[in-house]
Amino acid sequence: MEYVIEMRNIRKEFPGIVANDNITLQLRKGEIHALLGENGAGKSTLMNVLFGLYQPEKGEIHVRGKKVNITDPNVANELGIGMVHQHFMLVEKFTVTENIILGNEPTAKGQVDVKKAAKDVEAISKQYGLSVDPNAKIEDISVGMQQRVEILKTLYRGADILIFDEPTAVLTPQEIKELIAIMKKLISEGKSIILITHKLKEIMEVSDRCTVIRRGVGIGTVDVADTNQDELASMMVGREVNFSIQKKPSEPSNETLEISSLVVEDARKVSAVNGMNLSVRAGEIVGIAGVDGNGQSELIEAITGLRKAKSGSIKLNGKDVTNWKPRRVTESGIGHIPQDRHKHGLVLDFSIGENMVLQTYYKRPFSRNGILNFSTIMDKAKSLIKEYDVRTPSEMTPARALSGGNQQKAIIAREIDRSPNLLIAAQPTRGLDVGAIEFIHSKLVEERDKGKAVLLISFELEEIMNVSDRIAVIYEGKIVAIVRPEETTEQELGLLMAGANRKKAGETT
Amino acid sequence: MKLLKGKWASITVPLLSVALGLLVGGIIMLVSGYNPIVAYAALFNGIFSNTYVLGETVRQMTPLILSGLAVAFAFRTGLFNIGVEGQLLVGWLASVYIGLQFEGLSPVVHIPLAILAAALAGAIWAFVPGFLKAKYQVHEVITTIMMNYVALHVVNAIIRTYLLAPGERTDQINASASLQSPFLETITDFSRLHYGFVVAIIGAIIMWFLLWKTTTGYELRSVGFNKYASEYAGINVQRNIVLSMVISGAFAGAAGAMEGLGTYGYMTVMADFTGVGFDGIAVALLGANGALGVVLASALFGGLKIGALNMQSVAQVPTQLVEIVIAMIIFFVASSYLIHWISNRVSKRGKI
Amino acid sequence: MKKKYGFMLSAVLAAGTLLSACGTNDANNESSGGGSSEGESNNFKVAMVTDTGGVDDKSFNQSAWEGLQQFGKDNGLEEDKGYKYVQSTAASDYQPNLSGLIREDYNLIFGIGFLMQQDIQTIATQKPEAQLALVDSVAVNENDEPMENVASITFKEHQGSFLVGVIAGMQSESNKVGFVGGVDSELIKKFESGFKAGVKSVNPDAEIFTQYADDFNAAEKGQQIAATLYDKGADIIYHAAGGTGNGVFTEAKNRAKNGEKVWVIGVDRDQHEEGMPENVTLTSMVKRVDTAVMEVSKQTMDGNFPGGQVTEFGLEEDGVGIAETQENVSEEALQKVEEYKEQIQSGELEVPSTDEEYKEFESSL
Repeated sequence: MEYVIEMRNIRKEFPGIVANDNITLQLRKGEIHALLGENGAGKSTLMNVLFGLYQPEKGEIHVRGKKVNITDPNVANELGIGMVHQHFMLVEKFTVTENIILGNEPTAKGQVDVKKAAKDVEAISKQYGLSVDPNAKIEDISVGMQQRVEILKTLYRGADILIFDEPTAVLTPQEIKELIAIMKKLISEGKSIILITHKLKEIMEVSDRCTVIRRGVGIGTVDVADTNQDELASMMVGREVNFSIQKKPSEPSNETLEISSLVVEDARKVSAVNGMNLSVRAGEIVGIAGVDGNGQSELIEAITGLRKAKSGSIKLNGKDVTNWKPRRVTESGIGHIPQDRHKHGLVLDFSIGENMVLQTYYKRPFSRNGILNFSTIMDKAKSLIKEYDVRTPSEMTPARALSGGNQQKAIIAREIDRSPNLLIAAQPTRGLDVGAIEFIHSKLVEERDKGKAVLLISFELEEIMNVSDRIAVIYEGKIVAIVRPEETTEQELGLLMAGANRKKAGETT
Repeated sequence: MKLLKGKWASITVPLLSVALGLLVGGIIMLVSGYNPIVAYAALFNGIFSNTYVLGETVRQMTPLILSGLAVAFAFRTGLFNIGVEGQLLVGWLASVYIGLQFEGLSPVVHIPLAILAAALAGAIWAFVPGFLKAKYQVHEVITTIMMNYVALHVVNAIIRTYLLAPGERTDQINASASLQSPFLETITDFSRLHYGFVVAIIGAIIMWFLLWKTTTGYELRSVGFNKYASEYAGINVQRNIVLSMVISGAFAGAAGAMEGLGTYGYMTVMADFTGVGFDGIAVALLGANGALGVVLASALFGGLKIGALNMQSVAQVPTQLVEIVIAMIIFFVASSYLIHWISNRVSKRGKI
Repeated sequence: MKKKYGFMLSAVLAAGTLLSACGTNDANNESSGGGSSEGESNNFKVAMVTDTGGVDDKSFNQSAWEGLQQFGKDNGLEEDKGYKYVQSTAASDYQPNLSGLIREDYNLIFGIGFLMQQDIQTIATQKPEAQLALVDSVAVNENDEPMENVASITFKEHQGSFLVGVIAGMQSESNKVGFVGGVDSELIKKFESGFKAGVKSVNPDAEIFTQYADDFNAAEKGQQIAATLYDKGADIIYHAAGGTGNGVFTEAKNRAKNGEKVWVIGVDRDQHEEGMPENVTLTSMVKRVDTAVMEVSKQTMDGNFPGGQVTEFGLEEDGVGIAETQENVSEEALQKVEEYKEQIQSGELEVPSTDEEYKEFESSL
């Protein structure tokens, strides 16, 4: 069998780690080949080797049957390999065409021939059904369109082997559908695709074959038609994975969180939370379902003291905690897994150990009379790392160096370990792989079973449906419906989230 | 090229940087018609040849260490304190003022009092930009620069109006407040080496301890790295911004006390900035904002400054050219990045 | 890589040796040429330390160096071995510079400028065997007596300033003149008082504007102040501001280009050159730092080091006066200058040197 790309027994080492060990990947002409692995398994490293950004210590690369030495990305480009990066590399102020020709400008009499370029871009765009306006400015187009510009960029440079790095991470469900169509179109036009992802659903939907790597080691390649999600997941994680959460029915007791007539303004002084009423009882998980931007962030910030409430009240175990300072709120028994772990959750340049005491460093035994006790802090960190399976070389490693899933586990360890009465989890599994998601969900349920109240905010309906005991639908700063997951469907929720009222929603289903 | 990687890099790279700086400086001298060998011999002799120049080098280091610490401390918390110069001037004046008062006090009381006064003055001077930054998000670079000019002229006006002695300066401070030491002067052949060096080293230890061993330091570093996470953790971000500037200013003020109580024993009407505060920025960067790094970088700066005098005097290299050569050395040390790059490049090529 | 560096280094070394070889050759020639005739005086070594203005300040540092060069040439000394200067870039450099020269066994070391007084005093105490000289101020010990191993050199700047004041008073058409001072100090007050007294002596109705820059090295400030004073109607400005005064010249030249008739009176040296090509230098109050430096050097070489003495250079000693270039000064004014010069020298006229003395002088007119 002729392969367009064959990476044989690749080994790539970094100081202290073997990122890729003996990995083989064979891409057939005209197929979509998924590269599956957990965060930090070595997918990106392998692709960077193929793209010439890293030099492998061992192994060979063959392109169209010929052995090659890809010393830098230019060589990769010449070989017809193009990469659609996860983080777009576009100049916001430039037009689509200008971005596409950047670094590869066609010239006529010494001047850049933008008109010709725009025509070329339009032609390619039509051929592959991308429908991109070559004259639009990047800052004016949607994220999905920007991704298509990235695709166009590789096509314009003559790539016939495309690497997609986690392409769906930034897209809306509708955009994902369109992207899948585009990928299929590309294949039909004779291109070959490597798709880097950890989302099993996508693989099942679009790929022909799938190569799995786990912790830097190649596990194997399978035909997607002959496998299922469970098998892929266990190949990726190395054990059986539970998709549906095993939990007993909730036994809610007294009200832990009571929010009444709450009004919170956003940065533009517009009421983002607009007279909200909500209660969360001990021993239950309340999931807030809603489209991003309907007041979720402001609600959390108001509860945790990061933003002032304009009116209304927030009570925790009967005590009014409205507009308390963040530290007082935290000490009164709230744990908070923030939505943006890099911005709020961690000090990335601190060690994992230092991050583990972010909420408690000023208390004994971690400090005494203002002097930190590092050995106690690091001992605590060590035990948390062990208990929550945070994969890090040591507790002294900077948080920045950890993968997203392990960073999130560190935050969860820190917040749950304080055993708060109310745990707020905002998008706790965003960007994580199935292993980590499973772990986090089980931890949330565990807290509930211990009799704590859990407030879950997520934009992913599947997560809301799976984890929550009750679902509160938020729309324009108000709770518009409260439903039980067993009594509703994703469709109904979707309509509620879009502002339809319950009755109507019920009729349409 | 192996030496440039791994555990040796932290030693070999700075050394190679100094060597490169000397090489380029040498070429410049050669082109300008001076003998670099003679000049560098003079530079070296000017730093190490006798106890006098050694003493002077340490004397020169003393205020540099403290001003470097001031800049580094603010850097650690994410602030750019360009106002060290001004804070140093008000600190200098405060130390001299206290030194002129209280006749017959024991040095054990008088010296710490004068140094604390200097630190306090510097702290107050730095409080203003810190407060404006925390409360109204006014950029500290602008305010600290402006506060430098205010300091210069206010200090001059105070000296002229209240403390003027013949020779455009204040009187000599009382001996009980002086850091000068006949003993140190004798063993270094009358250099101006004074006990301020001990103060500077204590300052470096304080900075290290404060930053790495206390909850205050934890908060300051946290705010410096990530304001949002700090806020989330219940740390008062605004208070810490002000605190960081105040502590930075205190170091700068203490640097002024080194000049006021040590090197000079008085303060003159200043025609221009001393430059010590600005050198502190380079010292801090060169020392990677660490306490030990700052001390070592000060040694390099101080040594070059004192050695340069001899370079001019013995090798007849004009001061301007000496300054260019010194700048080259610092330039290469600061851009050790360049060395890493070259070494990477070479090892890559070597493999192909 | 290593080889490349090695080659470059050896190239530098080789070139260095070559160059230094040339250097020695020259030196040998010179000393063998001049050495035989002036054998004994060749052992005498004299040096100076500039203040932060530097040796090319077009003012008294430069003047002192000119004096030292002349002295060296006259006595067959070799530059950099028999006589030399060392520049200071910061005030903290004064002491190491002075100290370094003592270490190099210089027989006489000048500190130029009153800013160096404290440092000269300290060094003189530490090194009683060294022979030092201080220009523009008096080095004193704890008992306020002149120090034994320091020759203090001062000038009667008020006398010279009086003479240029006379010229300004007579030649001002607007009857308004300006004075720009460097730093408000005892020394510069001598210039100001003498100048004002001179103007008022010949033109009692003249208006005199006075402003200080608080800086000797800020040309841009000097220019601003000059602009203000010219705008107020002054047509002649006398500056006693070192490098700051260069800005006064710049402003005057700019105005002269636009057809305005304005003048500057220079200070310390004959500053005719600084006024060219617009020719805006009316005259200059010269302070013969060069003469003083030569004189003290000569005395010391002859074994008469004037340590412990304060040598005051006035009109009588030709230490101050008006510049040689007099093309822009009217005959009439020159005559008056001569008259006053005689009066001052004879002691008939006492020129004020402080604010108080000036007030007294003014009321006596």
